[in-house]
Amino acid sequence: MLLFAFVVLVPSVRGVYYAFTDWDGLDPSFSFVGLANFAEIPRDPDAVQAIGNTLLIAVAITLIQNGLGLLLALGVNTIIKSRNVLRVFLFAPAVITPIVTAYLWRNLLGPDGAVNSLLGAVGLASWQQDWLGDPHLALWCVVAVIVWQFAGYSMVIFLAGLQSVPKEIYEAAALDGGGPVRRFWSVTRPLLAPAFTINLMLSIIGGIKLFDQVYALTGGGPGHATDTISTLIYKDAFTLGEFGYSIALAVVLTIIVAVASTGQYLVLSRNERAAS
Amino acid sequence: MNRYRWRTFALELAMVAVAAVIGFPVYVLVNLAIRAPSDNSSPIRPTTSPTLDNFTQAWQEGALGGALVNSVLVTTASVVVVLAVSSLAAYPIARATARWSRGMFLLIMLGLVLPFQLAALPLYQTMRDLGLLGSAWALILFYSGLLVPFTTFLYVGFLRALPRDFEDAALIDGCTPMRAFRYVVFPMLKPVTVTALVLNAVGVWNDFFTPLLYLSGSTQQTMPVAIAGFFGQFVSDWNLVFAALVISVVPILAVYFALQRSIINGFAGGLRG
Repeated sequence: MLLFAFVVLVPSVRGVYYAFTDWDGLDPSFSFVGLANFAEIPRDPDAVQAIGNTLLIAVAITLIQNGLGLLLALGVNTIIKSRNVLRVFLFAPAVITPIVTAYLWRNLLGPDGAVNSLLGAVGLASWQQDWLGDPHLALWCVVAVIVWQFAGYSMVIFLAGLQSVPKEIYEAAALDGGGPVRRFWSVTRPLLAPAFTINLMLSIIGGIKLFDQVYALTGGGPGHATDTISTLIYKDAFTLGEFGYSIALAVVLTIIVAVASTGQYLVLSRNERAAS
Repeated sequence: MNRYRWRTFALELAMVAVAAVIGFPVYVLVNLAIRAPSDNSSPIRPTTSPTLDNFTQAWQEGALGGALVNSVLVTTASVVVVLAVSSLAAYPIARATARWSRGMFLLIMLGLVLPFQLAALPLYQTMRDLGLLGSAWALILFYSGLLVPFTTFLYVGFLRALPRDFEDAALIDGCTPMRAFRYVVFPMLKPVTVTALVLNAVGVWNDFFTPLLYLSGSTQQTMPVAIAGFFGQFVSDWNLVFAALVISVVPILAVYFALQRSIINGFAGGLRG
């Protein structure tokens, strides 16, 4: 408990305090500047862009990763022969160090990378480009890399939910004349509510706090096109020495995480109760 | 509805195709790692004359052996401390009905919501003042504090659902509470322990931001930081970088494939807790 207080609570409280100062991280003399750091955020185009990027990435990852994960789970939760092998195989990227996958993709998406070679090989040479060099595409590349890595993670959680659904319920629904789509919507979906809660929580919070992949894949670039709040915090603090401002950004991040997770928790737990 | 038909076969083919797409980057990774730097053919073509030179060179120049040892040490030490502290903390919280246990629980939940970025910078300063910056001890200390809330949360959830009869029997037979915990309760906690072990170990092993902050510039690096440094050094030499990536991925994938059942159940286990 003491340890927890030492590494989480005390520094967090001190962090909140520093957000109101102009501390540069080294100088022991710093002054209280009130809300100046926070007032600075909306005027800083980099910060505004980073907040926008963070929210966009979080929403995109949540929708795509969980959509794909659910489809994979439904596909694996059948009687196909390769189901056990596929389950192990599809989950494997999730245990690989994120920074390693990011470096791998940095090469794959490069001008001479495998993605362009593949496009050339299937006759889509006109699609070849420097994926990470384009400010608009680069952000979607970050999303794609994360979805690639964690779709299997969502799958495993959905799968655990699917396997806890008793077979009799499906058989009863089929006897009553429910087609596959109807069975999914009226039977499976409500029973998967706990799995949805966990998956959405994990991907939203993970997306908001995203750092490693952006750092290694694009370094926030080109320009600040793919900076997230976390990479900007790091840059402002350790390359620009603006600790006070950087911690003010961290406070904003905290607020976003807290709002997103409580909001989501309230909505989803109401759904869960409605479903059960 | 449970017979293997042509539609099932079509689904099977589709799923294998998806798996192939997902596995494709890994193929390129290995393909380039075993290729001589002079070979400039397309990255998707199989390498004609494979070589292991990249691996030996990456191993020597990246000091990856030391990083590997550090990663293993930090991960093991942190996970052992976290599991011991959390299970011990969760037991009174789950069992006591006193008011403080609820307050304690709320405090721990607070630790779950606070993002690490908020604490990172002030803690950086504290670590520096303590002279721990650049030492693996800083990491072990940090992870122990950071991961205890979540792990305690898992344990409390599980303990609340566990019947008290066994421990009561042990206590009546003259067992001390500590012994009852060690020999009666802890073994029954095995499913959560596996989940907590897997989640924490993977989390610590893969973490990059913390060691980047607290170990930067020191010789005691963990694998992810060593890889990032290696990348910075050999940025255009992709064959070498890929060999280093393979070296860093092999241990974790080996453990994963060896223990895949418990690992996947461990990840999915949070659902039932």
